[in-house]
Amino acid sequence: MTVVIDRATGKRRGEREPRPGPGRRLKNGFHKHWYAYAMVAPVAVVLGVLVLYPLAYGLYLTLTDATSLNTARTIGVNEIDATYKFIGLDNYADILWGPTAYDRFWSHFLWTVFWTAACVTLHYGIGLGLALLLNQKLRGRTLYRMLLVLPWAVPTFVTVFGWRFMLADGGIINSGLELLHLPTPLWLEDTFWQRFSAIMVNTWCGVPFMMVSLLGGLQSIDASLYEASEMDGANAWQRFRYVTLPGLRSVSTTVVLLGVIWTFNQFAIIFLLFGNTAPDAQILVTWAYQLGFGQQPRDYAQSAAYGILLLSLLIVFTSFYRRWIDRNEQQLAI
Amino acid sequence: MSTTSTTTVETPAAAGERRPAGDPRKVRRRGEQSRAGSLASHAVLIGASLTALFPIAWLVFLSLGPDKDDYLHPGRIWSKMTLDNYAFVLKDTSFFDWLTSTLVVVLGTTLIGVVVAASTGYAVSRMRFPGYRKLMWALLVTQMFPIAVLIVPMYQILSDLQLIDSYLGLILVNCTTIVPYCAWLMKGYFDTIPFEIDEAGRVDGLTPFGTFARLILPLAKPGLAVAAFYSFLTAFGEVAFASTFMLSDDKYTFAVGLQTFVSEHDAQRNLMAATAVLIAIPAAIFFYLVQKNLVTGLTAGGTKG
Repeated sequence: MTVVIDRATGKRRGEREPRPGPGRRLKNGFHKHWYAYAMVAPVAVVLGVLVLYPLAYGLYLTLTDATSLNTARTIGVNEIDATYKFIGLDNYADILWGPTAYDRFWSHFLWTVFWTAACVTLHYGIGLGLALLLNQKLRGRTLYRMLLVLPWAVPTFVTVFGWRFMLADGGIINSGLELLHLPTPLWLEDTFWQRFSAIMVNTWCGVPFMMVSLLGGLQSIDASLYEASEMDGANAWQRFRYVTLPGLRSVSTTVVLLGVIWTFNQFAIIFLLFGNTAPDAQILVTWAYQLGFGQQPRDYAQSAAYGILLLSLLIVFTSFYRRWIDRNEQQLAI
Repeated sequence: MSTTSTTTVETPAAAGERRPAGDPRKVRRRGEQSRAGSLASHAVLIGASLTALFPIAWLVFLSLGPDKDDYLHPGRIWSKMTLDNYAFVLKDTSFFDWLTSTLVVVLGTTLIGVVVAASTGYAVSRMRFPGYRKLMWALLVTQMFPIAVLIVPMYQILSDLQLIDSYLGLILVNCTTIVPYCAWLMKGYFDTIPFEIDEAGRVDGLTPFGTFARLILPLAKPGLAVAAFYSFLTAFGEVAFASTFMLSDDKYTFAVGLQTFVSEHDAQRNLMAATAVLIAIPAAIFFYLVQKNLVTGLTAGGTKG
């Protein structure tokens, strides 16, 4: 048996002999693992060509002053060569502490952090509440479940337009508020309400995934634990606090991390809700997109620099999150 | 799942010595609900269901109004309901071009994603080789990529290759996220297949490739299906790259085509609503058909303690 089947999660290294020299190691390794390499080759090639190479190229672009005015382009029959030049780390310096850096980067950064925290909290809270309700013996449970996953079933780019019609000035939501003699905010024009709308629409779109995942988690909790806690006289709240929540922990860590990543990277909702308007409601991802593609001249270098910064933020966050989870002796299962 | 001390509850409130006397409802057993509790549950669920349904129902309703400003006076739609919008969309817009483009891009992405990722998912599930951790890390990080990271360099590269505004370009870009994603999903699925099966195959003289192709792949069909569904749904709903890289109207995917009804000067909201409904209904039906498999796939490992 040359296949080392180690069911550990990659944390434990298999027992190894002392390492031979590098040349021998390569040869031995190749002999022993060549089929493993053959099997991972397709993905390795795809990652190399489609991810690593563009990533390196993007990194290089962030060190230049590339815009749509000085990159290579073809106008009619004329081919114009690229004339952008190397400027080192100036883009990063400019973004982080150049003039008006607050308006360009930090204000969006703060809003993005708030947006992510608010959305994930709402997703998780509402999702858990609905999952608990659906986990009871109720009549019509299947129907409820079907209706509640509807926002997930219909593609986001479709439903956002439904929301746009509803939120528009004179749309159904404001008509309804007017009937009730309540104030009718300009949902899609006023900065505060734009942000409010964005969070509302994203919450509406994101709850079903959380609900369904947590429902799966609830159903996988061993019923005997509930019976035992009942025997011990635990009331409903204690059963929830000491059986349900610990039982959901592993699912929760996974879905919260996924939720944070997805919300932080959420592009479609904000892009389609506001288009190129609403500079103050743009989170970092959509803002970076606007710099690169939503304005003239297109500022490729700055946009790519934003991208690199965003990715760094996410990697840092994820590694801290995993460390924090590991410290609580839980494994992250994504 | 950790079952540490969840049963021995020792809080001051629940000190086991003094059972609360006199009030038998203090400890209500699971599955028993007071009438009020059950009514409240239903009320909340009905409210939530209506909230989930309303924006979509509203789109359907608006799509029946013949005039582009009907969304401002929904009351008037009742008296003049018509399917004209649908007729117009199907006859006089690029709807079927968009359908073709969407299917080409989505199916292309799905096919590449599943085919390329399958053997890798198996390898990282079963084998430990030098570079394993790096590969896993790369697969994980790639899924976190914000679109802003790759969209600029990809745009430049595809421009150089004359692949902007081509199906192939968009399929390749979609693969950046789909392939690592599928590999992860499949790894999770392969992990659930007992590795005694591999051992049996190896003992009977199969090569690692033979084991994978003859024994494990047939068993892993549900896992491949989940990966395919995910690729399908992800590629179908992709907005950023499609909006940026597709320039000609007949190559738009639905996600881009739908945006063309609203421009700076004019908004044909009635046609847009009709198109939205035409897209949403098959998409939703597909989702409901496959959703049972989706959830298990996505949090696989998360739900298994």
